[in-house]
Amino acid sequence: MDISQYLDIFIDESKEHLHNLNGSLLSLEKNPDDKELINEIFRVAHTLKGMSGTMGFNKIANLTHEMENLLDAIRNDRLAINTDIIDLLFKCFDALEEYINIIATEGEEGEQDNRDLIIKLNSVLNNNEGCRSETSIKTEQADNLKNLSQYAINIVKKAQEKGLNAYTIDITLREDCMLKAARAFIVFNTLEKYGEIIYSKPSVEDIEDENFDLSFSITILSKNDKNTILDELNKINDIEMIEMRKLENMNSMSNDKIIDETNNIHNKIQKRTEKKTKKKNNIVGKTVRVDIDRLDNLMNLVSELIIIKTRMEEVGGRSENHNMNEAIEYLERITTSIHDAVMKVRMVPIDRVFNRFPRMVRDLSKELGKDIKLIMSGEETEVDRTVIDEIGDPLIHLIRNSIDHGIESPKERLKIGKKEFGSLYLRAYPDGNNVVIEVEDDGKGIDLEKVKRKAVDKKLITEEIAHNMSKEEIISLLFKAGFSTAEQISDVSGRGVGLDVVKNKIESIGGNIEVETAKGKGTKFTIRIPLTLAIIQALLIKLQDEIYALPLSSIKEITTIKSQTIRKVQNHEVVLFRNKTLPIIRLGQVLGIEKTDKIDKNEELITVIAKKGDKEAGLIVDKLIGQQEIVIKSLGKYLSGTRYIAGATILGDGSISLILDINSLF
Amino acid sequence: MNSIESVNTNQYVLFKLENESYGIEIEYVKTIEKITNITRVPNTKPYVKGVINLRGEVIPVIDLRERFGLSITDYNNETRVIIVSIKDFVIGLIVDSSSEVIHLNDNEVDNPPTIGETNTVEFIKGIGKKDGNLIMLLNLKKVL
Repeated sequence: MDISQYLDIFIDESKEHLHNLNGSLLSLEKNPDDKELINEIFRVAHTLKGMSGTMGFNKIANLTHEMENLLDAIRNDRLAINTDIIDLLFKCFDALEEYINIIATEGEEGEQDNRDLIIKLNSVLNNNEGCRSETSIKTEQADNLKNLSQYAINIVKKAQEKGLNAYTIDITLREDCMLKAARAFIVFNTLEKYGEIIYSKPSVEDIEDENFDLSFSITILSKNDKNTILDELNKINDIEMIEMRKLENMNSMSNDKIIDETNNIHNKIQKRTEKKTKKKNNIVGKTVRVDIDRLDNLMNLVSELIIIKTRMEEVGGRSENHNMNEAIEYLERITTSIHDAVMKVRMVPIDRVFNRFPRMVRDLSKELGKDIKLIMSGEETEVDRTVIDEIGDPLIHLIRNSIDHGIESPKERLKIGKKEFGSLYLRAYPDGNNVVIEVEDDGKGIDLEKVKRKAVDKKLITEEIAHNMSKEEIISLLFKAGFSTAEQISDVSGRGVGLDVVKNKIESIGGNIEVETAKGKGTKFTIRIPLTLAIIQALLIKLQDEIYALPLSSIKEITTIKSQTIRKVQNHEVVLFRNKTLPIIRLGQVLGIEKTDKIDKNEELITVIAKKGDKEAGLIVDKLIGQQEIVIKSLGKYLSGTRYIAGATILGDGSISLILDINSLF
Repeated sequence: MNSIESVNTNQYVLFKLENESYGIEIEYVKTIEKITNITRVPNTKPYVKGVINLRGEVIPVIDLRERFGLSITDYNNETRVIIVSIKDFVIGLIVDSSSEVIHLNDNEVDNPPTIGETNTVEFIKGIGKKDGNLIMLLNLKKVL
């Protein structure tokens, strides 16, 4: 069978399962007694085992199989959960994730070896299981309930003292049952969910070999009541009759008469033919998994529609025809709605990025010996997929920063009267056409003096400038390339190391980042990113005959400047604008359009003041055309990386206009 | 034509530059278009003429005459843009004219000349012979 066609589905689904697994493991760490979580983890492991087995990924199947054994022991109370086991499960999760990632990139399972994990899983299991298997073998050998060995009786007695119930269940299969052994196996499996099977007649081996007639009997220990177990057994097909008796008070019984007949409750229940269908709460909406390429295609088509719409508007503007204008307005409404709808389809909750942080915070705080509480909110906030892919790395960096350098050790915190555990807030919320993400800690804040000193040491600024710097200016030093305030650069991160990278990344997707900090109180990073990268508002400008688009998000204002006010400082043109020196960039020159050197002292130059973070520059243009919604198109691989150009867009008349990358201009 | 022969038969799109015939394997060619408005892209190599709008797709175009160091002429009615796609690249090649597609069997293709007088030699991976005409077969990867 050619399974390669299912590979994508396999990877997608595996990732989804791993995502759930991660969440369950983290909750389990907090509530180790939650049986539901163990069951959930078991289910995921089981599903992964099945899926990977079918796909021929045997290493995953083996690992999940061993995980299942361990989890099964836990959920049957044969094994108590502890931090070692949780750590081990996390390691298994890591290994599985690695396998899936390798499959996603290479299409094959890869070579990494997780035998040590499997050995660990087994050793945890065996240390606790050793004595049990011995007893179960012994009990299985007892040939009759009435002649249960003293040993088995003792087990029952002990169990009853602990408040467990012992039941004997006689099961008779239907005569037309096709696979007796398989049916019996299902019964065993079902019962194992509710307790421990201590005895069966005939023995398990005989039942497996189908060495029995239509009936067999099982003795189990369980803390569930009879009806629960009975209900569950009733769901199994092909059973003619179930007879269940409770073994009462062993202590008062003699060896010969174990069953107190008067207390026996005979349950002869005809197997109900209709199955009870479990009503599941269908909270998950109806969804369809769609290939991202198809969505991109749809998005492109909608973009085309918007371009045509713009063109129609232009034509319509000149026409006197009333009907035509009406039709164009209608078209406009529809395209806007379609655009909205398609954008929504591409939106995914930011949870996709956030979900990896609890684990990261957990590992980091363990590693650094800090007690950190991660409080996340707004995980359901939706962002375009293209943005999601880009925002992960900067966030990882900021969170690491906070944990490593912001939040103090528990001892330090107690000493200065803070709560022992540090809090790290990760918030997301929509704000108009933007999404805001905040990373806030209640740690020690950024030491501005130290930042200044470092900057002077590194000769980024002079002593004199440092002296007169405002708080904002000092903070902006953090984002300078290669700046670090960490005394020693740890392997986690240094406060400041690579913050310039974070800033660049965020700016490259049209966002910005701000820092607020208070000494001793904490630091807050606020990231603002656009909802989508595909369609933006732009200002169209003209340079001679060429039309260029400037993203509106990086434009501060438009003004005019008299050419006589332009001065040259170190060969750079600057102008004093509102008491600040503003560098002048003549776009025509930068973009290689010759400009006649007619210097008209009185010429009023149209200047677009662009901002990049805190920096500003005046871009000289020939003519302003106006604001327009534009669809960003890539220039293609051949021209990717062209200086100053971020992409192209198609104007209403079908011609192409280039989008300027303002960030790279200055 | 039997099946073995057809494996060895390659189809080429023919085009002309300064009266010389050139050929590109047909599997690389998406379409052949008439010349349209080209938007200049600054800060690129001189032979990159810019980008065109091909039914909503933004496609870079390069002038093959300039690429090969031939004399530059104006575009006219005969001028064509051959849209080629190789790996992830989709690019338009501006040529003097283009009209036919031909079959060349392996025995009709010679190795490229080792000594050449023009700059084009490094872009040629073979010489096709058909009906007494010589056709220079392009090595697209080198051209791009």
